[in-house]
Amino acid sequence: MTKSRPASVEFNHVSMRYGPVTAVDDVSFTIHAGELVTLLGPSGCGKTTTLRMIAGLEIASRGQILIGGKDVTRLSAADRDVSMVFQSYALFPHMTVLENAAYGPTVKGLGRAKAEAMAREKLALVGLAGYEARYPAELSGGQQQRVAVARALVLEPQVLLFDEPLSNLDAKLRRRVRQEIRELQQQLKLTVAYVTHDQEEALAVSDRIIVMSNAKIAQQGSPRELYESPANGFVADFIGDANLVDVTIEAVHDGQAQIVLGPLRLTLPARGLTPGPARAAIRPHGITLGPGLAGTVRKSSYLGDHIELTVATPVGELLVLSRQTDASPAVGAEIELSFAGRSIALVS
Amino acid sequence: MRPATRLTLIIGWLGYVIVPWYLPDGWDLSGYPFGRVGTALALAISGAAPWLWPIGLALVAATLLVIRGNTSFSGRGLIAVGLLGLAALAAQGFAITLPGQGMPSLAVLLGGAGAAQPGMGYGALLTLVSLLLLLCHGLAYRGVCRGDLFTTSTIGVVVLLIGLFIFLPVATILRSALVDAHGQWALGEFVDRLFSSTIWGTGCLGGGIACGVAWNTLILGVLTGLITTLLGLACALLVLRTAMPGKRLMRAMTVLPIITPPFVIGLALILLFGRSGVVTGLMVEWFGIPRSRWIYGLPGVLLAQVLSFAPIAFLVLMGVVQAIAPSLEEAAQTLGAKAWPTFRTVTWPLLRPGLANAFLLGFVESLADFGNPLVLGGNFEVLSTKIFFAVVGAAHNQGLAAVLSIVLLVFTLAAFGLQQGWLGGKSYTTISGKGDSGLPAKLPVAVTVLSAAVTGPWVALTAVIYTVILIGGFVKTMGRDHTPTLEHYSTGFSVDLSHGLFFSGAAWPSLFTTLKVAAISAPLTALIGLLTAYLLTRQRFVGRRLLEFTTMLSFAIPGTVLGVAYILAFNVPPIEITGTGLILVLAFVFRNMPVGIRAGIAGLAQIDKSLDEASTTLRARSFTTLRRVVLPLLKPALIAALIYSFVRSITSVSAVIFLVSAEYNLSTAYIVGRVEAGEFGLAIAYSSVLIVVMAAGIALIQLGVGERKLGRKLGRKPVALAAPAAELAS
Repeated sequence: MTKSRPASVEFNHVSMRYGPVTAVDDVSFTIHAGELVTLLGPSGCGKTTTLRMIAGLEIASRGQILIGGKDVTRLSAADRDVSMVFQSYALFPHMTVLENAAYGPTVKGLGRAKAEAMAREKLALVGLAGYEARYPAELSGGQQQRVAVARALVLEPQVLLFDEPLSNLDAKLRRRVRQEIRELQQQLKLTVAYVTHDQEEALAVSDRIIVMSNAKIAQQGSPRELYESPANGFVADFIGDANLVDVTIEAVHDGQAQIVLGPLRLTLPARGLTPGPARAAIRPHGITLGPGLAGTVRKSSYLGDHIELTVATPVGELLVLSRQTDASPAVGAEIELSFAGRSIALVS
Repeated sequence: MRPATRLTLIIGWLGYVIVPWYLPDGWDLSGYPFGRVGTALALAISGAAPWLWPIGLALVAATLLVIRGNTSFSGRGLIAVGLLGLAALAAQGFAITLPGQGMPSLAVLLGGAGAAQPGMGYGALLTLVSLLLLLCHGLAYRGVCRGDLFTTSTIGVVVLLIGLFIFLPVATILRSALVDAHGQWALGEFVDRLFSSTIWGTGCLGGGIACGVAWNTLILGVLTGLITTLLGLACALLVLRTAMPGKRLMRAMTVLPIITPPFVIGLALILLFGRSGVVTGLMVEWFGIPRSRWIYGLPGVLLAQVLSFAPIAFLVLMGVVQAIAPSLEEAAQTLGAKAWPTFRTVTWPLLRPGLANAFLLGFVESLADFGNPLVLGGNFEVLSTKIFFAVVGAAHNQGLAAVLSIVLLVFTLAAFGLQQGWLGGKSYTTISGKGDSGLPAKLPVAVTVLSAAVTGPWVALTAVIYTVILIGGFVKTMGRDHTPTLEHYSTGFSVDLSHGLFFSGAAWPSLFTTLKVAAISAPLTALIGLLTAYLLTRQRFVGRRLLEFTTMLSFAIPGTVLGVAYILAFNVPPIEITGTGLILVLAFVFRNMPVGIRAGIAGLAQIDKSLDEASTTLRARSFTTLRRVVLPLLKPALIAALIYSFVRSITSVSAVIFLVSAEYNLSTAYIVGRVEAGEFGLAIAYSSVLIVVMAAGIALIQLGVGERKLGRKLGRKPVALAAPAAELAS
């Protein structure tokens, strides 16, 4: 059996329609070989449909899909060299862990002994050696998830797909499992497409993130690019919290814009914008208590390692996360806010 | 081309060149390959049947396409060849039949003017299957159903079967209602018959003359529906909401209607309340009440139907009551409502859609019931018995039978449509999939007392009835001479061991035929039903809604209508199978298919679709997924479908009473014959034997199929009789 190498995935103007509903609208992107790319977005944005089109579980209505440079647009899932880890894990409940993991090579006709050897290898890789004879119902959620990963890995696919793999795990386990997935991906240099609606998860595991909204790509880039220079209000708000405020660009010189934010004047990267009214995204934890914008505290909550404030200012109500927990301002107090350079960005 | 396509082609040539084309008379092969046992090729070459040439040409074209191999043209070519071949096959089959029938103008076109031919046989069958599969493969090569040969082929086969064995017979009924005795269109006659006073007369309102048969049927149906629903509700409330003793016994009662042939209750009622019945005798002795024939007519039929169908309503309403989340009632109580206001304002409104459903179910069961009205009807005629007598009676009026069938079909379809459309979106019971904890509210005292008051007599009467069924076979004449005897059993089931094993009893042949037919049709029913369910729920294809609609319609066809339709449609070539065992098998398969489909759909709904998809992304094709993932998980549904079709095949009367022949007689038809001849002892003995046989058969199937294994935690789900019972109820 020739081992297939991790391969790239390319979408060229792909659309998916169900009757009058457009689930994915003219989407183009590339996932390079050995890269982990996350499809991020709120529910109903088309990210899962996109993933299922990579798998071949949905056949695109329009456009072209390439895997490893080969056109697979019309190929069925069974004919593509792609495996998937399902949100529900989709472990076959009537088969043992070993039979589940060996399913791929078994139906491929590789023979029982060979199939089981391949399955055992991958089960050991995910740390499940010794659990082969159990049934899925006898495993914990985390263990079931690993079986699903092992089963998907056994055929050493060109592309591995994850559909919200952590959503059925509790918060603590989620953090650990996502690290394990990332380590596994880097160790085996897998090409991975990963769907999630959790921005923190996306930031933690991804080489690159594709943010989707309303069936289209809102922005794609590295986690840092998305966080520090969100292309628009949606991305700014979706990746981390953001206060969206109206500003006025007075002038642009050498890519730097002079802006007016209420009583303040700031200089920010212009990002292609021209003078006139615009919007800026301000990260809540980038706002510090200090001389600058005057405001009145409306709400104040103590949350252990930080304080969450809602402050009424001339530019609107702002959410502020302050690390200065020793003195929390009371409701009604008059305070002033200042902005660190990187925590504010112009958005379209 | 994949190997499957080559195999398909070989099958086609086998059917065309080697296997005799027509249905043979026995196994006499003299004259092969010409004459009655001729092959299509030989008959075409010799000029005896030139209309078989186009079919051969289609096979030649298909062969050329397969040899040429994979081109973009071959898929489209196979579709065209398959379609044309099927069209040629159907055209010659329907155009050239018996002398003077068929479609003469089309026959001339096919070169068979004035010719006749017998019904199609195995050769034609193989060729038909081959052409159909070639068409389906062609579609798959064109990318239909993601290029899956198995899926397209299954769709093709299911569509063909439903077309031939449901659509064609029903269409034949419609046609024979619209033509006169000479085969000419006669709309006027149809309208006369449809609105005649024997069907719609309201003479009984003024007293004197009997009402029209349609009114009788409706009155009986409404009464049966109402009473069974109320009994079922009372029972369900008692079992689920009180600490009543004997709950297990009550639940066990729900199994009874499944394993009891439909007319047996009526038979037991005659033995109890007939002119010489046990109770009648006691009444004369103790109170001097004169003997009468009150049991024959509406009261008797109603009583029998209520006793037969109330357990079904009980089962349905038990599900409905169970599905009411106790937390809703608890919420009402925390808001200050006492037992009665809680029942009136929360429980009752939540019950209402379920009640309507149970009523419609009872109504449809009553309409479709044939056995009880036949045994107890007397002068009280309903549609199902009237259809029967129109076909087998002295009048032998096929047109009338067809018209009556249409009326009955419209009634059941209307009830069914109401149930699906109106109630479909009205159920409040399946809102939450989560287990709602909490204790259900206590029943108000008045409701408890009322329920107990109606349930008690019903349970008592049911117990008496089944006692009569059990002991009736062991006494000389129930009601007159209660001397214990084995005479009835020896008449029916004696075994002569003097010259080896010889089944000399009169009932053996029909019992063996019944078991054989039931055993053959049960797996077929399960297979077709589950495959259809799989297609309907798991595959997307053009015409899926239409297929769904047609199968739904088939749920509503009463057995009597199906029986009439089958004799009308399959009495003449091209499918001439009346009087054979095959027609019995087919009737059972397509009569019970809805049960298989329901069991399959219910079972598939519990299997997450992601399991199929996981299998697909691991490179398994549809067939592999079906075999390795879906089928093992579908075992409970498979058992339900098997048990149910097996049992229903044994207990069915209405559809098959038209189809049995001297050679292939069935138990139920035999028993009905004995009842008509007044041999109640043998009839009741045979009925108890049937009940025992069915219980044994159910146990055997459960053992044979085994349970699905989901690990130690989940593996203990027993697949009890409740599974098929729930199927009946859903």
